[in-house]
Amino acid sequence: MKQLRCPLNGVRPVSEFAYAGEVRDMPDPDACTDPQWADYVFNRSGVPGVKREWWCHIASGYWFIAERDTARDAVIDTYPVEKLREVHRA
Amino acid sequence: MFRRHERLRDSYDVVIIGGGGHGLAAAYYLARDHGVRNIAVIEKGYIGGGNTGRNTTIIRSNYLTPEGVQFYDESVRLWQDLSADFDLNLFYSTRGHFTLAHTDASMRTMRWRAEVNKHYGVKSEVVDAAYVKNALPMIDIECGGHAPVLGALYHAPGAIARHDAVAWGYGRGADQRGVEIHQETEVTGIDVEAGRIKGVRTTRGYISTSKVLCAVAGFTPRLLEMVGLRSPIYIHPLQAMVSEPIKPWLDPIIVSGSLHVYVSQTARGELVMGSTLDPYEVHQTRSTLDFTETLSAHMLDLFPFLSEVKIVRQWAGLADMTPDFAPIMGTTPIEGFYLDAGWGTWGFKATPVCGKTMSHTVATGRNHPLIAGFGLDRFARFELTGEKGAASVGH
Repeated sequence: MKQLRCPLNGVRPVSEFAYAGEVRDMPDPDACTDPQWADYVFNRSGVPGVKREWWCHIASGYWFIAERDTARDAVIDTYPVEKLREVHRA
Repeated sequence: MFRRHERLRDSYDVVIIGGGGHGLAAAYYLARDHGVRNIAVIEKGYIGGGNTGRNTTIIRSNYLTPEGVQFYDESVRLWQDLSADFDLNLFYSTRGHFTLAHTDASMRTMRWRAEVNKHYGVKSEVVDAAYVKNALPMIDIECGGHAPVLGALYHAPGAIARHDAVAWGYGRGADQRGVEIHQETEVTGIDVEAGRIKGVRTTRGYISTSKVLCAVAGFTPRLLEMVGLRSPIYIHPLQAMVSEPIKPWLDPIIVSGSLHVYVSQTARGELVMGSTLDPYEVHQTRSTLDFTETLSAHMLDLFPFLSEVKIVRQWAGLADMTPDFAPIMGTTPIEGFYLDAGWGTWGFKATPVCGKTMSHTVATGRNHPLIAGFGLDRFARFELTGEKGAASVGH
């Protein structure tokens, strides 16, 4: 079975995890236009590539970030959400 | 079966990207009904080698929205005489289709679908558990006690067909009418100038054209990136598997949303089985053991006597999913660029009607009335066509 490294619980079977899509920046709902908001709500980057994604270890309810190549289905890195903020600041 | 063309011409009236059932059907109807014959169908692999050859061949029209029901009903009508039209046996086999309900909530959805269906003249009825058991004596109606079948939506016109033959039939028909089919030809770029289609770059040379129809299933986002359009389409693999051939015992098509199972038995005795999408985005057609394990367990809930039957093949296709489980079809903000996309897990049954409506749309430049609810612009207006309740399983 495929495995995923949870930053909190270590290597676990992928069936213990839930995928919640790519990390995306939310526009300010009060400042953005309706088309900008619709773009945020619906549109996705459907092309293959390395993506930063939300994953959850269901048993422990722990949310974290995985960087994964969706063309090869290879996980490059997993890390806690806190690190995402550092990446964003950088 | 087809002519083979040594080289691409410099220009065509219409370039269809994707030589699956949808693309070839559009080419066929453009040539037959609209007199447009200067067409190239560009296929990266071989015709029918994508999702046309990877689906579980179920044909039905018991949908939930008025837009969906009318659209798929027209498709079922077109299916009926397609074999005669092509002079090619599609093994179209009307079986009847049961969507099992294991909970009160799904019984409610079945009643809703039956009423919408009947309103539009589609044969659908809610039946009770005893009716299901009578039609299908081999079923464990209690599902081992943990998911008893309460009833079902019965849809008499439900059918299966030989999927490869659909691509061959449309392909041969288009070829005979002058359409050029170019296999092993990959699109590497699409040129757009001042909001209009100018040409298509391929691995075998440049084509100038003013009209492009994109019918590429799981590759839609890559094509959209070439023309700079954004869409809600996301890609998950969808897997299926087949058992060894066994004696005929399963006449109707059986679907259980709660158990994530759909199954039918082919004319040569194999059980063709499918389930939910893979749980995360992948652009690869690899198979997983997770899939066979989970689907087999659910199959045995319904049909415990199959425990000794072997799985002989499994495979996957790339499904281009949409948020409302309805397709994305028709004109786009780019003049001359037409989409037949977002066909997720529900595209095979729609092959004929997609060909009909897209050929009209490409020939006239205006959306066919039957696809009015499926435009790419519906998302920006927050006007979705919610079809998830009619998806075969809860993806």
